[in-house]
Amino acid sequence: MSEPDRICDRPNCGNAACVHLTQVVDNKTSTQYLCKACAQAKGISALPAEGSEVADFMAELAEGDAEEGTRRVPEPCARCGLTFEGFRETGRLGCPHCYTSFEPGLRRLLGRIHGATRHVGKVYLPPDPDAAHADRRLDDLRRRLQRAVDSEDFERAAVLRDRISEIEPVESS
Amino acid sequence: MRDPGAVRDLGLGWLDASGPHADIVLSTRVRLARNLRGHRYLARAAAADRQAVYNRIEGIVGTPALPGGAELLRMEELDVHTRRIFLERRLISRDLFGRGDGKAPHLGSALLVCSADAVSVMVNEEDHLRLQSLMSGLSAMEAWSLVDRLDEGIGRDLLLAYHHEFGFLTACPTNAGTGLRASALVHLPALVLTREISRVLEGLDKVGLTHRGLDGEGSDFVGNFFQISNQTTLGKSEEDLVEHFGRTVSAVIDKERRAREVLRGAGPRTEDLIWRAYGLLRHARLLAYRDLMELLSGVRLGVSLGLLRSPRVSSLNRIMVFSQAGHLAEAAGRDLPGQERQTHRAEYVRKVFESERTSPTTDTES
Repeated sequence: MSEPDRICDRPNCGNAACVHLTQVVDNKTSTQYLCKACAQAKGISALPAEGSEVADFMAELAEGDAEEGTRRVPEPCARCGLTFEGFRETGRLGCPHCYTSFEPGLRRLLGRIHGATRHVGKVYLPPDPDAAHADRRLDDLRRRLQRAVDSEDFERAAVLRDRISEIEPVESS
Repeated sequence: MRDPGAVRDLGLGWLDASGPHADIVLSTRVRLARNLRGHRYLARAAAADRQAVYNRIEGIVGTPALPGGAELLRMEELDVHTRRIFLERRLISRDLFGRGDGKAPHLGSALLVCSADAVSVMVNEEDHLRLQSLMSGLSAMEAWSLVDRLDEGIGRDLLLAYHHEFGFLTACPTNAGTGLRASALVHLPALVLTREISRVLEGLDKVGLTHRGLDGEGSDFVGNFFQISNQTTLGKSEEDLVEHFGRTVSAVIDKERRAREVLRGAGPRTEDLIWRAYGLLRHARLLAYRDLMELLSGVRLGVSLGLLRSPRVSSLNRIMVFSQAGHLAEAAGRDLPGQERQTHRAEYVRKVFESERTSPTTDTES
C-alpha cells in the first residue's frame, strides 16, 4: 500500500522498475513491475499507456536523452554536485538548487510531464516574508477565499479569512 | 523488545467506515511533498543533512506550528515490529521502514504523529517531509484541508524549498509544483466481474489519473482493490486537483454501483460467489493473505448489496489491517512462521465473523 517505488519483479534482478505492466485476462487483473532491460527481454518494447507517473516520467527522461543530445550539457549543480547525466540515470534531483542549475532542461521536462511549467497553486509565505511575498500570497488567498465562498464552503472560507488577516498588517507596514 | 506504546491506534481512524461511500472507497489520502531549503535530498544527503532535517522538525514539536499532542518517533529507535505495523497501516513507506532483511532505517528518518488528527509526516523520506492525511470514504477536500493546515504551520516556522515559477521543489520532478498527491483506495468487484474494468482504468488515464493495486502480499490487483491517484502536480491549483480527483472517483463509484445493479439481477452466480466467500471465511482453518483478500472482496460486495447483514464494513476494514503479518505477530506476542501465521489469521477472521453473527444474514440463508 505504499508509493510506486519498486524493484524489478524478475528474480535476482534488483534494478529499479520503470515499466508498470497491467494486464486484464479473464477478469483477473495482474501487474508486473520490470526494469527496462527485463521488459525488453520479455518483448515489451513500447510502453503501454497504463498511466504510472513514474513509468511515464522515465520514458520522458529517455526521450529527453535524444533531444538533449544536440544541446549543451549543463554544468553540475553548484550546491550538491549532481550532474545532469546523474539525474537522468536516477530520475531524482540532488537538492532544491538543482532546479536552478538545470533550469532550461527541467522546464522542458516539467512541461512534458505535467503539461505545464508554472505553479498556480498555493503561494508560499516564508518565515521572513518581504512585501512582494506578502502581496503574491494575499492575491492567492483572496482568490481561494472567493472560490470557497462561491462553493459555499464556509468552514474553509473562515480559515482563509484568518490567513488573510494574519498577513494584512505586513502589507501595510 | 516490542514497543506497543508507540503503536496505539495511530493510522486507524479510517477503519470506522464513517466517510461518504465507505462501502466502495475504503480511504482517501492526500499527501504533500515538502523540502527544507539548503539541504540535499535523501539520495545525495550526507548524514549531517539528514540529522539537520530531523533537528529542524524536532525543533517545532511542542510549538503552535504543529497540532497539540504532536510526537516525533525516530525510526532507528523503534524495533522492527513496530516499524512493520506502521508500514502495514500505511503510515510509513518501505524506505522509512528500512530496506532489505533487517536493514536499519536511514539515519534521521522519523514519523511525526498527531494523535488527535488524522495527519502525520514522514521525515527524511525521498523528500525531507511527506505530510499526509488519511480519512474514511471519499473525503478528498476534507483530507486536503487537514493537510493544508498542517503545511501552513510547518511552513511558517521552517524555510521550505519554493521556486517562484516551479512552486514547491521536490526530489522527483513528477511531484513538483503543488507536491500534492490525492489517492483513494477503492473496491471495484462489479466492474471486474462485468469486464468493464479495463475501459474504466483506461478512462482514468485519459483524464490524468493513474491506478495501481493494493501493495499487499502477492499480486498487486488482489481482491479487486485499486488505488486511484492524480498523475500531475504542476499547473493546477490544489483545489482544482482535488476537485477533479474527487469528481472522477465519484464517476467511478457511479459506474461500480450501476454494475452492481446489473449483477444483482443476473441470476444466482453473484449470490453464490458471495455466500461461498462468507462460508470460507467463517470456517477456514488456514488463510493466506492473498486468499483472504479475494474472499473479503466477495463478502464486502455482499454487505454492500444487502445480501449479508454482517460483518459490518468497519469490521471488514479492520480485518484487512489486523490480519497482516506484523499485526498478527503483535497480537500473538511473537513472530509467526508461515503456516502458523495462516492459522492465526483464519482464527482471527472466524472470531470477528462469530462476534457479529447475532443477526448475520437475510432470509436467503437456508
